[in-house]
Amino acid sequence: MLFADTVRNRGLHEKPRIILALFVLSSLLAWWAGGGAAGYAALFPVREAALGLLGDLGLACLLGAAFTANLVLISRFRFRLQVLIVWAELLTLFLLFFLAFDLSFPFILKKLPYLITQGAVTTVYVSAISIAIASVIAIIGAVAKLSSNGFAFAVASFYTSLFRGLPLLVQIYLLYLGLPQLGIYIDAIPAGIIALSLCYGAYMTEVFRAGILSIPAGQWEASRSMGFKFGLTMRRIILPQSVPVIIPPLGNQFIAMLKDSSLVSVLGIWELMFLARTLGNKEFRHLEMLITVAVIYWVLTILFELVQARIEAYFQKHRKR
Amino acid sequence: MDNAQPKAGIIQIRGMNKWYGSFHALKDINLTVRLGERIVVCGPSGSGKSTMIRCINRLEAHQSGSISVDGIELHEDMRQIDVVRQEVGMVFQHFNLFPHLTVLENLTAGPMWVKNTPRTEAEANARTYLKRVNILEQADKYPGQLSGGQQQRVAIARSLCMEPKVLLFDEPTSALDPEMVSEVLDVMTGLARGGMTMICVTHEMGFAKAVADRVVFMDAGQIVEEGAPVEFFGNPRSRRTRDFLSQVLQH
Repeated sequence: MLFADTVRNRGLHEKPRIILALFVLSSLLAWWAGGGAAGYAALFPVREAALGLLGDLGLACLLGAAFTANLVLISRFRFRLQVLIVWAELLTLFLLFFLAFDLSFPFILKKLPYLITQGAVTTVYVSAISIAIASVIAIIGAVAKLSSNGFAFAVASFYTSLFRGLPLLVQIYLLYLGLPQLGIYIDAIPAGIIALSLCYGAYMTEVFRAGILSIPAGQWEASRSMGFKFGLTMRRIILPQSVPVIIPPLGNQFIAMLKDSSLVSVLGIWELMFLARTLGNKEFRHLEMLITVAVIYWVLTILFELVQARIEAYFQKHRKR
Repeated sequence: MDNAQPKAGIIQIRGMNKWYGSFHALKDINLTVRLGERIVVCGPSGSGKSTMIRCINRLEAHQSGSISVDGIELHEDMRQIDVVRQEVGMVFQHFNLFPHLTVLENLTAGPMWVKNTPRTEAEANARTYLKRVNILEQADKYPGQLSGGQQQRVAIARSLCMEPKVLLFDEPTSALDPEMVSEVLDVMTGLARGGMTMICVTHEMGFAKAVADRVVFMDAGQIVEEGAPVEFFGNPRSRRTRDFLSQVLQH
C-alpha cells in the first residue's frame, strides 16, 4: 500500500455531480449496447416483447441506476469487503461472458482430468526447471555484467542482448532445428527447457544485477573488513539481502514463463497448449479447450501469487520492528 | 616513541601516498603503531583521516610508499589480504551490521564462516562479547530493532569476535544521537583499558585526552603533528593544530 496520509480525501463517490455523470454515462452505454448485443437480449427476456423506444430507454436507465447504486453501495464498505465484492462481481461477469459461447460442459469435464494430469503438470515442471536454471544463469550473468573484467562483461552483455533481442518462438525453433544441423540431437523437452532458461536467464540477469546494486557499499566493506572472500560475501550477505528486492520482479518472470511455456508446444511437448489444440481439433471444440486452458493457466498463476506472497513475507522478517 | 626500532610496530606506514585521480589525498604518511598502543586521529573533515585508516585494512589502495601489518606488506598482488583483514577489525561510522541476520548471527558469522569455529563455541564467545558491551539481552533481535548506540556496540562486539590484534574505529560516534555517544565511548574506553591496540578517528576530544597514548593531527592529507595528549592539547606546536583545537574545544 502507498504511504497513507492521515487526512482523508473526499472520494469521487461522495460528489453528487460525479454520481450523476456516472449514472448518465452508464445508462447511455446500456442503451447503446442494448441495440444489438445478443447477450443482452438473452439476459433480459423482457426485451423480446419489443418495448419500444421509451421502454428501451427505461430499461437502460434501470441498468444504469443499478450499476451506479452498486458502486455507491460498495464504496461504503470496509476495504476487505470491497475487494471481495468487486472480485465476485467481475468474476461473475467474466463467467457470463464465457457462458455466452454455448460451451459443451460434458466435453470439458471429460477432458479436464487429462489436461491437468498431463498438460498442467508438464507446464509446471518445464517452467519450474527452467526458472531454476535461469536463476543460476542470471546470477552468473549479473556478476559478470558487474565485473571489471572486460571478457566477462562482453560475454554477458552479448548474451543478454542476443536473448532479449530475439523472439522466444524464434529461439525455440533455432535451438530445435538448428542444433541437429551441427550433429547435436536433443529431445523436445530438454530443448524447450534450454530455450526457456536461456531466454529468461537473460531477462533475469538484469533483475539480479539491480538487486545486487541495491545493497549499500557498507555491506561489502563490513564483509571485507572481516576477511570474507567474494563468494562468501555474495552468498551469505549480498544475495540474501537482495532477495526481497528481487522477488516481485522474479515472480513476474515466473508467471510470464508459465504462460510463455505454451510456445514450446510447437516442439510437440504435451503441455497445456499442445493438448488444448490437439484435443480441440479432434472434435472441433476449439473454444471449449482454449477457455479451459485459459482458466487453468489463470488458476496456476493465482496459486503462484500466493506462494510468492509467502516467500516475500519470509524474507521481510528482519524488517519487523 | 622509539623510531629507532621500527620492528616493534604492529602497523608501519612509510612514505605512503594516495591519489584519487589527480587529487592527492594522502601525502607522505609515516606512522608506526605498536602493540597495545591507543592512537586517536583527529583533524578537519576532508583531511584524509578516514582514508588513512581505511588503507590499513586495504579498503582503500595506496599508490606509493609501504604499509605493513604484523609483518605482512600490503600491496595489489598480495594473497593474504584476508588474513590481514581477520587481524584488523574495523568499526564503521554507519555500523554496517548485516540487517538480515540477528545480533547473535552477526557476531558468529565471521568466526563460523571464515575461521570455521564450531557453532557452540562461536555462540558462547559471541555472548561473552555481547555481555562486555552490555547488550546481551538483545542477542536475538535484528539490527533494525536496535537504537544507533546499541547497533554500534553490536558492531564493536562483532569486530571483537574475530579476535583482532588491532581495532580501527572510523568516526564511531559521528552518526549517533548525542545521548548515545557516551555508551559507545564507555565501551571503547573499557577496551582501551583492556590493552587493545586501537586507532580511532574521532572528534571526541574528551575521549582522546582520557585514553589516547598519542594524538595524531591531520590536515590536507598530511600528518601535521603527533604527540601525547598532554603535549598535544596543552602545547600544540603548529598553528593549524591550534586553530583546529580552538574551534573544536570552544564549546
